[in-house]
Amino acid sequence: MPNLTVNGRTHAVAAEPETPLLYVLRDELGLNGAKFGCGLGQCGACTVEVEGRAVLSCLTPIGVLEGRPVTTVEGLGSPENPGPLQAAFIAENAAQCGYCIAGMVMRAHALLKANPHPDEAEIRAALRLNLCRCGTHMRILAAVARAAGREADHGPTTTGAAR
Amino acid sequence: MQRRRIAVWLAAAALASAAGLGLAAWRPALPPGGPSPAETAPDLVRQGAVLASLGYCASCHTAEGGRPYAGGRGIATPFGTINATNITPDPETGLGHWTLAAFTRAMREGVDRDGRHLYPAFPYTHYAGLSEPDIAALYAFVMTREPVRAEAKANALPFPLSWRPLIAGWKLLFVRTPTIPGATAPADPRRDPEWHRGAYLAEALSHCGACHTPRNWLGAEIRSRAYAGGVADGWWAPPLDRSSPSPLPWSRDDLARYLADWDPLHGGAAGPMRPVVDAHRAVPAGEIRALAAYVATLYGPGPDGSRTGPVDRAVATEASALTRGAATYAGACAVCHESGGGAAGGVPYTTPSLGHRTTLRAPDARNLILVLRDGIAPRDHAPGPIMPAYGTLLTQAQMTDLAAYLRARFSPDGPWPTLDATVRDVMRDARPRDPQTRDPSPRAARAGPSP
Repeated sequence: MPNLTVNGRTHAVAAEPETPLLYVLRDELGLNGAKFGCGLGQCGACTVEVEGRAVLSCLTPIGVLEGRPVTTVEGLGSPENPGPLQAAFIAENAAQCGYCIAGMVMRAHALLKANPHPDEAEIRAALRLNLCRCGTHMRILAAVARAAGREADHGPTTTGAAR
Repeated sequence: MQRRRIAVWLAAAALASAAGLGLAAWRPALPPGGPSPAETAPDLVRQGAVLASLGYCASCHTAEGGRPYAGGRGIATPFGTINATNITPDPETGLGHWTLAAFTRAMREGVDRDGRHLYPAFPYTHYAGLSEPDIAALYAFVMTREPVRAEAKANALPFPLSWRPLIAGWKLLFVRTPTIPGATAPADPRRDPEWHRGAYLAEALSHCGACHTPRNWLGAEIRSRAYAGGVADGWWAPPLDRSSPSPLPWSRDDLARYLADWDPLHGGAAGPMRPVVDAHRAVPAGEIRALAAYVATLYGPGPDGSRTGPVDRAVATEASALTRGAATYAGACAVCHESGGGAAGGVPYTTPSLGHRTTLRAPDARNLILVLRDGIAPRDHAPGPIMPAYGTLLTQAQMTDLAAYLRARFSPDGPWPTLDATVRDVMRDARPRDPQTRDPSPRAARAGPSP
């Protein structure tokens, strides 16, 4: 059975190689940060990192992950000690129901790793495939901009108005 | 001594023919001017808008994220990169000073207002068949766009290809007015007006052959093999004639559905065909039906019956590569692609099985690996297919295993002999943000001749 390295720890998992990573994270390893949204790779709620790149864990069979480190939102910090990106999401009040947020954070984390100072267009392009049904997109964008060390380009973020 | 004299004569002959070509290639600049009010009448502009959609002008003349028709998109060809020009009516950097006469000469003969020969990436070999009223309508449309100041980027072509008079020689060899029944040639009495309309659109305006016809070593379409399949921006452009490897026949109605959006049995467009289908959203359904009527007759009665329908067969997975491919398919693909097909209530925009897709019957795995690598991005503000990109998740070996499994299961044609090389080639620039694996010029090397 495949070994999985998640947030720096290696686990021997019982699941078959075609099992989607998301199921193993949630059901076997008790890491419930990544969410099941659509199960079709169309919403982004399940986004985690593999080798530092954002992937959709609901469509990632664990068989392709042998020897490749996985990072989930739990790997970035804890409620008591949030990582810088998580702190930015908290500071911008970026969550409403919160279901999409772990995916948003991981997608943004992978972006900032590859490009520490993205502009607004680059942030939007990276987050394009992650959906939020509550409509907190403007706060999410502001949180990522804050973590990237600059002001959001569009002023106050309290209205959440569509642009 | 003797040898030296021959060399001198050869050099002189070369020089003389270059000078001769330079002289024969000379075309005058046309006087500056602009459209008269009658030449940009609103009705004409509206007609021109539909024609511009069917000529897919924007797919080359609009850069990704750029202003409409302001140019700047690089067209990769085996000879180098040609940068599309600004065709907005900006006086300095666009067509602001172009008269209808100058515009017509460019469309029909590939010569700009200054008298310079244009590279045949601009498909004037097809536009030469356009009617005068249609060129006038296109002119009306172009000249009423928002003018954008945008200098055209220089082409990246090696000498001597960068020497434009050479194009005049190419034109002598390869530019003929296209033979279009009912337009530039007598009508075909066996065919109805809809078919003739489709022939005109396909051959002249929509320039289907620019991608779907193979090209010779000088980059010209091989007329004797029209629609036998070609290349477009590194993608395989499938044959539209009876050599099509499609598992199912293409009827006129199938084609009309495909060209307008998506066909439940054949699927939908990806790669460079996607902007073509997207452009059709601005086109009246009658024009799409006409195109489909014509293209369906290129396919004709189809292959001789030896071709099977969709294949979905048990794969013996003793080979560990196929076992790994099967696991990846089960975990990454099956949730959508085994949902029964969009028309039967499965995931929208999927076919009943991957065995319905021509992609898996292709002569090589290029299109499959390209779509796996990049996925299918959603349309903005419109429904359409979406597929995640696997280029960052799957390694080359995993991609190869998956492709081998898909081919074994969904095609009767046997393994792709060049699969390893295809995967290596396509995956070279799978991770554009990672400088370690980025090859600076894979696209140009891969790409075939472009329109």
